[in-house]
Amino acid sequence: MTIDMSQFIAVFFDEAAEHLASLEALLLKLDVESPDPEALNAIFRAAHSIKGGAATFGFNDLTEVTHILENLLDRIRKQETQLRPEMVDAFLRAGDVLQDMLAAHRGQGEADEIAIQQITDELASLSNEDKQSVAFEGVSIEIAAGEAFDMGNLIAGLARYGRVSNIEHGDDEHPWHLTMATEQSAESIMESIAFLISPERIYIQNGLDKFNKVIVKPEDLNNSQDGAYGFFEDAAASEPTANEGYGFFTSVTTPEPTVLLEDGEGFGFFTAVAAIVPAPPPIDAPVITETLNRRSSDRIAMDKGAEKATVSDKSDSSIRVSVEKVDQLLNLVGELVITQSMLAQNALLLDPVVHEKLLSGVAQLERNTRELQESVMSIRMMPISFVFNRYPRLVRDLASKLNKQVELRMIGENTELDKGFIEKLSDPMTHLVRNSLDHGLETPEVRLAKGKPAQGNLTLKAFHQGGNIVIEVSDDGAGLNRERILSKARERGFNVNDNMPDSEVWMLIFEAGFSTAEQVTDVSGRGVGMDVVRKNIQSMGGRIEIQSMTGIGSTMSVRLPLTLAILDGMSISVSSELYIIPLTFIVESLQPRMADIKSMAGRGSVINVRGEYLPLVALYEVFNLPTEVKSFEDGIAIILEAEGQKIALFVDDLLGQHQVVVKNLETNYRRVAGVAGATIMGDGHVAFILDIAILVQMAQQITTPYLTQMAA
Amino acid sequence: MDSMMSDDEVNRELLVFALGKEEYGIDILKVQEIRGYDAVTSIANSPVFIKGVINLRGNIVPIVDLRIKFGLGHVVYDQFTVVIIINVSQRTMGIVVDGVSDVMTLASDQLRSAPEFGSALDTAYILGLGTVENRMIILVDIEKLMTSADMALVEAIAA
Repeated sequence: MTIDMSQFIAVFFDEAAEHLASLEALLLKLDVESPDPEALNAIFRAAHSIKGGAATFGFNDLTEVTHILENLLDRIRKQETQLRPEMVDAFLRAGDVLQDMLAAHRGQGEADEIAIQQITDELASLSNEDKQSVAFEGVSIEIAAGEAFDMGNLIAGLARYGRVSNIEHGDDEHPWHLTMATEQSAESIMESIAFLISPERIYIQNGLDKFNKVIVKPEDLNNSQDGAYGFFEDAAASEPTANEGYGFFTSVTTPEPTVLLEDGEGFGFFTAVAAIVPAPPPIDAPVITETLNRRSSDRIAMDKGAEKATVSDKSDSSIRVSVEKVDQLLNLVGELVITQSMLAQNALLLDPVVHEKLLSGVAQLERNTRELQESVMSIRMMPISFVFNRYPRLVRDLASKLNKQVELRMIGENTELDKGFIEKLSDPMTHLVRNSLDHGLETPEVRLAKGKPAQGNLTLKAFHQGGNIVIEVSDDGAGLNRERILSKARERGFNVNDNMPDSEVWMLIFEAGFSTAEQVTDVSGRGVGMDVVRKNIQSMGGRIEIQSMTGIGSTMSVRLPLTLAILDGMSISVSSELYIIPLTFIVESLQPRMADIKSMAGRGSVINVRGEYLPLVALYEVFNLPTEVKSFEDGIAIILEAEGQKIALFVDDLLGQHQVVVKNLETNYRRVAGVAGATIMGDGHVAFILDIAILVQMAQQITTPYLTQMAA
Repeated sequence: MDSMMSDDEVNRELLVFALGKEEYGIDILKVQEIRGYDAVTSIANSPVFIKGVINLRGNIVPIVDLRIKFGLGHVVYDQFTVVIIINVSQRTMGIVVDGVSDVMTLASDQLRSAPEFGSALDTAYILGLGTVENRMIILVDIEKLMTSADMALVEAIAA
């Protein structure tokens, strides 16, 4: 029976992507002058985990690159090499290359062979620059008889460490005998091929001057998966007091003669066990002993063997669930809310004295449902830092490409929004950031000439405002150039005039094919970006606004609804129909007095609300419904605010406040003007949710003769 | 099992419904369920034949009255009014018809191509005419019909 590997591979891809992301984040935070050892370890662990996974699944190209990366990282964290800025750059690029390769393995695009070669060469040369290690010659590897393994893979794996010079058949007990030239320690060779063959079958013998041979009977390995590390750890656990020097290894060997040591020289600790005065220790020895000692004394998870534990700790704290399942849960909770509100409505008809217990149960159910709904909703909520996190890197790269000095500030990264938005937001946000960097911020010379500090500021800010989440990208650059936008617009044949308000002029840059960049750079300027930005934002039910001042800077604000699925609404009636108005748009409701309603030169009516004249829109006219309301004084005017504009919506009656589950009308039907979606009311009927922003726009186009008549 | 039954090129299983005096057949695999006519929430500014939407176990489903669309039959809504819920192109919608008569299997030799006239439907939506005893069944490509532009049920695909 074969195991379906594809699911494991998918997990590996996900994990590798996560490791790459954390690798990048850590690298960006790294202080080159005095790197934090913990951070270096974390970076190393990330690279190592990718390598391990890649080797397990046979992605040799990935293994190769990560291996070189890991080597250099290892040397840095062991302080054998000083970290330099160009190394960080190289690491970042290596991360990119790995990402491409991962994508290629997933079947998305192709990895750039030249880039791979370049980065491996670069890393290798960085790694070799000040390496003073001695090349070991003629390491011999013996493999004991056992299960079949893939010799080709083994040789390919070894080839990364040096030249395999000789492969010969040995005796029955050790049928394979390999000889290779390498600079690597026996330990790292062991570790690398342990993915392919169980470690207890491998005997590595360094022919030059050291002779390392560990024989461990498989049954003594409590956890053969952990390879050579497993039993050290167990030994340490069973003998926590044996901390001095190399003592505790003795305690392993003495009661358990199965751990044999041959030819005392080699790794320091083995020598010590054999009670022979150690020869001048080889370069690997001090490091390893140190790690092992540390582990035995305070058991800090520092080394690779212990790393597994660290990783599994992390994965225990969160689980991977498909979005589909969460959405299904959300739908079910939505149904529950409907059923609950139906119960609540029917319960109102009962005599509260007779059915006291039932009614208190219904009230409890309402609270519980609401809490359940909130927790389920929160599953979908993610901090916006998932979007923001990619920008430090982007800004860093772009700024150096454009020779600009930029300080990126991020505010409100923990603001949460729907996961659906997170995914869709990153593309438009990237466009906005690129745009600010390329067109907004000036070069240091220009900035200095203008009396600004050479370093520009780019601020990403996210916050809640009303029922919206607002994300701002602001810079203190040159600002938008009104004249240039207008002249470009004329050139493109747009209908513009010099008296247009600034806000309208700025919106021109979102038109398709509009770019005012004098030169098209590879960063931006092709004019394909901004109209896509607006389209993307609008498809999420959001809006984009620009504020800009010449010479001072500009701010692009993206406004998105907080969530997609549930909203607080006010139900209103018009003739026999029932509609829902999202509560966030409602400013107030009032009963109009005839004296407050004035008609305006055949264009409709306005209502005077405490000195403010607002256009009065009758919903029955917008939707062409029959009406029974004969006079304004019989109905209700609801003051709504959308996109900075206020209108008074005239309806027959206010019915009540509900929490409604938003259902998409377009799933089975199409978009309806003035309707944002539908919901199911407590009685099982469908009610439409009004799209206030559209209504405000529609209101401006509709002449309302009937209203004028009524006002007269 | 009869292997011939699964071959829909040879035998088609149809749901037959009536619009006025005409009998129409649609692929039964497109039919989700048949139910009575419920209270419908009407959609503002929509064509008259789109009656509105209903709540079908939490899904918002539009209802089209084919009788109004094709000017056939008596447009009355009572306890006998039938709505066929169909699944076409990943959408669920309901059609109001005069009545559902039966489910039948039509062999390919009982099927004739439609002439260029004679029905309220555009022949583009007619797959053929089936003859069963003395009855003529108009075989409708319900998917094509419901997603067509003049039904206005589906957003026009942007060029």
